[in-house]
Amino acid sequence: MSQTFMLDGKAIPFEEGQTIIQAATKAGVFIPHLCYHPDFKPHGSCKLCTVKVNGRQTASCTMRAMAGMVVESDTEEINAERRALTQMLFVEGNHFCPSCEQSGNCQLQATAYHLGMMSPHYDHFFPSRPVDASHPEVLLDFNRCILCSLCVRASRDVDGKNVFALSGRGIGTHLIVNAKSGQLGDTDFTLDDKAAHVCPVGVILRKRKGFAVPIGERTYDKQPISGTVDAVTEGH
Amino acid sequence: MNAPTKKLKVATTSLAGCFGCHMSFLDIDERLFTLLDYIEFDRSPLTDIKHCSPDCDIGIIEGGLCNAENVHVLREFRKNCKVLIAIGACAINGGLPAQRNHLPLTTILEEVYHTSPGLANGMIPNDPELPLPLDKVHPIHEVVKIDYFIPGCPPSGDAIWKVLTDLLAGREPELGHGLMHYD
Repeated sequence: MSQTFMLDGKAIPFEEGQTIIQAATKAGVFIPHLCYHPDFKPHGSCKLCTVKVNGRQTASCTMRAMAGMVVESDTEEINAERRALTQMLFVEGNHFCPSCEQSGNCQLQATAYHLGMMSPHYDHFFPSRPVDASHPEVLLDFNRCILCSLCVRASRDVDGKNVFALSGRGIGTHLIVNAKSGQLGDTDFTLDDKAAHVCPVGVILRKRKGFAVPIGERTYDKQPISGTVDAVTEGH
Repeated sequence: MNAPTKKLKVATTSLAGCFGCHMSFLDIDERLFTLLDYIEFDRSPLTDIKHCSPDCDIGIIEGGLCNAENVHVLREFRKNCKVLIAIGACAINGGLPAQRNHLPLTTILEEVYHTSPGLANGMIPNDPELPLPLDKVHPIHEVVKIDYFIPGCPPSGDAIWKVLTDLLAGREPELGHGLMHYD
C-alpha cells in the first residue's frame, strides 16, 4: 500500500522521493506554477507553487512528500499571495498581451486568469529591454522574461549547450546569452533545441510563425490552465 | 431584476485609448435597452455631455494617461463617480500607447516632427491649447483609486455586460474562463 499525505482535505498517494507537486499532478490536482516543469530539476524560484505544509509555507516543487503531512494549497490566503506574486511579475516586465504572439498559449497569462488577476495593482516599472533578433530562426523578446530559468536548464541539461544564463542579482537579475557578442545569432542554438520549446511566456519565439492559431483555438482559450494538469504530466 | 425607481447615472470616457472598448460596450447590442431601464448616461461620448454631474454612480474609463488633460478628466471622474471601472488593456496597464515608455519623449517628438522621412521644416506643436504629453504613459490605477477592472483588448460585450449586471445586482463582479482575457 502506497503512502499518502493530505492536500486540501484529500488523500494524495505518493512514491518515495516524489515532491508534493509531482504527487499532486499525478493525482490530477493542479497547483499553480511557472518555473516548475516535470522534465527538469526544480528551481524553486517563482514561488507560485507555494503551499502550507503543516502550517508553514514552502515551495511544493522542491518539498518532498512525506506520509501524513497536511498540505494546504487552494485557499483564499495562499491564492491571494500567488496573485500578488503574479502581479509583481506583470509590472516588472513589459507584458502587453494584445501584441504578444504567445497570448492564449502563455502560462503566465493563463495563471493570472486562474488566480482572478483583474489588474496589475502595483505601479509599472516599464523597463527598457531591447529584443535580440540576431538569430535567423528565433526571436528573443526579453520584455516578457520572468526568470523561470527553464531555457537555462533545458540548454544546459538536455541540449548540452549552455546557451542561456541568469546574470545579476535581486531586481537586477536578467537573462543573458552565452556568446561574446551576447547575441543569440552567435551561438549554436537551433530550433531543434529543447530550450527553444520550454519558455512558458513569450520570450523565445519562432520567427515567421506568430499568430498561427486563431483566437478561440489557442491552448488556454479551450480550457483553463487548471484543466491542463494531465498535459503537464506528459511534459506539454 | 425589477426596474428601480431611480436610475443609476453612468459616465464614460476614452483617455489614451482607441474607442475600441466603447465599441465593445455597444456590442452588448439589444441588451442596451434592458440596461437603459436601470441606468442613464451622464458625461459620455455617447451623449456629448462635457462634464460629470456631481452625483454619478458609475464611471467607466477607457484608455491610459498619456497627457495632462487625461489626468484632469480622470480626476473629474474620480471626484464625481461613486464607483470607477477601468475598462480595457490601456486603462489597466497602459496598453499600446505605453509601448513608447522605453523611449525618451524628446526622441519621439524629434522623430515624429523633425527627422521622419518626408518632413520638411516640421515643428513640434506648442500651442497652449494642446495638452502636454506625459513623460510616460501610465495606467489609471497609478493616479486614482479604481474600484473594478474589466481586462481585454477590448473586453467582449459579454464581459462588459457581466460586470455591469453583477454590479447592478449588488454582486461582486466576476469573469470566469472565456470572459477573462488580457487580449
